[in-house]
Amino acid sequence: MTEIVVERPSGTSAAARRMRFAQRFFVAVVGNYVFRRVLFFLFVVWLASTVIFIIPRLSGQDPVKEKLLLEAQRGGHLQSGFEDMARTYQKRFGLDRPIWIQYRNFILDLAQFDLGPSIAFFPRTVNDILMDSLVWTIGLLGTVTILSFVIGTLSGALLGWPRAPGYFKYLFGPLLTLSAIPFYLLALLLVFLFAFRFSIFPLFGGYGIGKVPDFSLDFALQVLRHAILPAMSIILASIGFWALGMRGMMVTMQGSDFMVQAEAKGLKAGRIFLRYALRNALLPQTTALALSLGTVLTGAVLVEVVFRYPGLGNTLYQAIRLSDFFIIRGFVFAVIVSLALATLIVDITYPLLDPRVKYRKG
Amino acid sequence: MGQPAIEEAHLTSLTAATAARSSASSEHSLVVEDLRVHYDTPEGVIKAVDGVSLALKPGERLALVGESGSGKSTLAMALMRLTKAPGRIVAGHIYLGGKDITLLEEPEMRQLRLNEIALVPQGAMNSLNPVMRVKHQIIDGILDHVADRKQTPDSHELEERVNRLLARVGLSPEVGRMFPHELSGGMKQRVAMAIAISLSPRVIVADEPTSALDVVVQRQIMQTLGRLQQGLDAAVILIGHDMGLVAQFANRVGVMYAGKLVELGPVQQIFTEPLHPYTKLLIESLPNLEEKKKFIGIPGLPPTLLRLPSGCVFHPRCPSFIKGTCETVAPHYQEVRPERETSCHLYAGVRA
Amino acid sequence: MATTYIEPVVKPGPQNWVERNRLRILPIYRYMRRNPSLVWGIGILLSLLLFVGYGTLFYPHERFRPLSADVRLPPSTTYPFGTDTQGRDIFAVMVRGIPLTLRIGLIAGGIGLVLGTSLGFIAAYYGGWVDAAIRTVVDVGLTIPGLLILILIAVNVKGGLSVDQMGLAVATVAWVHPARTIRSQVLVMREQLYVEIARLSGVSGLGIVFREMMPNLMPYLAASFVGSVGAAILASIGLEALGLGPFDSPTLGMTVYFNIVFSSVVVGMWWWLVPPIAAMAMIFVGLFLIASGLDEWANPRLRKRI
Repeated sequence: MTEIVVERPSGTSAAARRMRFAQRFFVAVVGNYVFRRVLFFLFVVWLASTVIFIIPRLSGQDPVKEKLLLEAQRGGHLQSGFEDMARTYQKRFGLDRPIWIQYRNFILDLAQFDLGPSIAFFPRTVNDILMDSLVWTIGLLGTVTILSFVIGTLSGALLGWPRAPGYFKYLFGPLLTLSAIPFYLLALLLVFLFAFRFSIFPLFGGYGIGKVPDFSLDFALQVLRHAILPAMSIILASIGFWALGMRGMMVTMQGSDFMVQAEAKGLKAGRIFLRYALRNALLPQTTALALSLGTVLTGAVLVEVVFRYPGLGNTLYQAIRLSDFFIIRGFVFAVIVSLALATLIVDITYPLLDPRVKYRKG
Repeated sequence: MGQPAIEEAHLTSLTAATAARSSASSEHSLVVEDLRVHYDTPEGVIKAVDGVSLALKPGERLALVGESGSGKSTLAMALMRLTKAPGRIVAGHIYLGGKDITLLEEPEMRQLRLNEIALVPQGAMNSLNPVMRVKHQIIDGILDHVADRKQTPDSHELEERVNRLLARVGLSPEVGRMFPHELSGGMKQRVAMAIAISLSPRVIVADEPTSALDVVVQRQIMQTLGRLQQGLDAAVILIGHDMGLVAQFANRVGVMYAGKLVELGPVQQIFTEPLHPYTKLLIESLPNLEEKKKFIGIPGLPPTLLRLPSGCVFHPRCPSFIKGTCETVAPHYQEVRPERETSCHLYAGVRA
Repeated sequence: MATTYIEPVVKPGPQNWVERNRLRILPIYRYMRRNPSLVWGIGILLSLLLFVGYGTLFYPHERFRPLSADVRLPPSTTYPFGTDTQGRDIFAVMVRGIPLTLRIGLIAGGIGLVLGTSLGFIAAYYGGWVDAAIRTVVDVGLTIPGLLILILIAVNVKGGLSVDQMGLAVATVAWVHPARTIRSQVLVMREQLYVEIARLSGVSGLGIVFREMMPNLMPYLAASFVGSVGAAILASIGLEALGLGPFDSPTLGMTVYFNIVFSSVVVGMWWWLVPPIAAMAMIFVGLFLIASGLDEWANPRLRKRI
């Protein structure tokens, strides 16, 4: 860490006092934990945008032109307004424009959350399409992540606690095996077993075929029924992962000095478990949660593909089949931003859990 | 040849301890009777504590010294019934206030901890819960020992008690609201002591309480400990390897070697006239401020506790080694002079 | 002339190969009992390889191509795993496909490991701004799921990815995790005394690297390698599931992709879905077991039995 040596203005005049205050403020902000994290977040977003910009340029393909060519070959008909859009696109991103201008326009658009028009579903915009599926994905993922984290962490904590009831230990083996299996695989297994062999659950979709979404109880129940298998694919595999991690942490905690001291104090077992062991083991567990978000998301996306669940994953799948590059690009960008944001949030709230990490880098 | 001799030694120390025990709890705060703590490892049985007997009166300060691996920390943990697998207490008794705690079930033992016997841990660097404020860590010990639900003190009382305890160890009330990592080593150790005295225990076990601290702080901590102990009239077992500290603090000193107690006696006499050859070497190896002399260590290494030497465990390193006796027969641990106990063949024929 | 029958002389002592090599086998056997995960993991993968070996030698595996047989046939003696909607012999598809998937994993995992280790090493050993730069890239790489970048790449490659191209593509994102692991390990090792001693004894930089540090890094390298291979296979399957994989190759992921596209489950063609799922399960569980086994080697504190 480089030392910044700054001369502090002396004197008691109002100007001098202002300067000193400004200096202290500056140091506080730059050294501030939150500030650095936000900076990193912005960096990630910028880097991602740049990469997203560069990669297609490397292949020299122009998605709009491709689509136009495709339609021309097929003798198909384009949506009205498509040609206008194509012309506007050319003006901003055409390969004849200097690359800096293209880049600038691109970044500007992204900054305004304008992900462009959809090629396959023109005239709907990418934002529009992604928003629709976002609701489903968040609903599924949000619930699933919370459930599996809570259940997994608690199970892991009990597994790692020597005074837990004995029969609990038998859970360890199955949980271990489950954690090795990717969500996607588990999804296939579940679909095969419970939707095909034993037709307990529906095969695919977010709700019954032909049903129009509305706010009725019937719809809600259908949603639930259809969500169970996708949810279980993710939950079962994740629980294993969380439980394992937590158990490892608890076992490491056992040998700590403060655990010995807690026992020497004659504290009740329940208190030692919750306030001493669990509370401390939660810290690295939370960090693991932040790191796992990316994996969970990609896993969930693939699960949605298997079940044709109407979330982002399915949208991506359709976009690939229909060669709608803008949706694909928008999807990648949206996911990266969400993940970076989620990581940022977890990072910022971490010091609330662990008093040893301060908001100010001392 | 060895068999009857060992049994005799067993009986001797037993009589001493039984005599102590029969005088009931009013006489001794803590009586340890032929305690053996073994560790079961795949390579064999490690006899970490192998037949230790001692008795502690109220208000007395006993120091236990020895090299690493001599068994003193194991003994300290055993006194609190905190021995963890693969270790276990295989034989012997520990009487705390007349009650044999080796026979107690865990819930009963839990009640006794902190209440009757408290631990001041080794360098409280990591002995405090990093995510709890100091005052809560003092409070939870108090709360979990409340005998009757209705007698639970309210938060106001608790706050006052905490502040009083902090004051007694020389800390200001603000410390209560801080987290352990915000405190210095000395402060943390004081907090540990505050916790240890919070329920006015009968016995305080201090397991190398100052080893992680610098010399100046060490002195302060020991003084505080002494002051606290006097206030409570509690007995203190101080475990350590710093003879200097021991000399200033203790009334009696016990020397441990390879899991056995080789000597026990009043502090002055141990230093001026050590009986056991090991103790002699220990005292001689202390640097002297007055005269300059050659630095003497103790030749050899402590034995591996898996395969102890035959006969007297110290014989391979003993300068007073008597060939024919020392390597074949284990010496008895007995009182060879008034208040002087040791186990060495040099004093074999002498019985007080 | 009649052959004279000579009585065989019975030699005393060890009779068979096992007994004769007892001293060599015993430590291996003991280690196997100590580390069941590793043994089971290797066992599972070996059985997959045996299956492939058997199939390659004794089975007409050219039948993996479409239109090799009648469509939608359930398992029979001629077609042990049946056929799919395009006339592929599924048994043959497995025989051909498993090595392909494994190959992607090995290429990507291998390159990822070499690249990641080198970068992680350089970062930790030289410190300074080199370290800062690499660390930032790694941090970013860990926040962004590699699959997304792979999707972008795959979508932009004209005509789709071939098997080897996929291996290379996955390698570009697979190096991040090993880099991080190796970097932290080297940071720890750098401060260790034996490195200091070597340096003071005048051992050259490279000498220290290879003679002192590498041997101690072995457990982590091995664990990282297994992890990378697993992650690479997962990533490749993910790409294939989305329809971005090599369409002509019978890799496991593509087989599942076709399963989904042709709704094998709906039409009841369970024999098409089960083999790839089983193979994938075996690969992942096997790799996971090997990884835990190696973990135990790297971290002796985890040892359950001695």
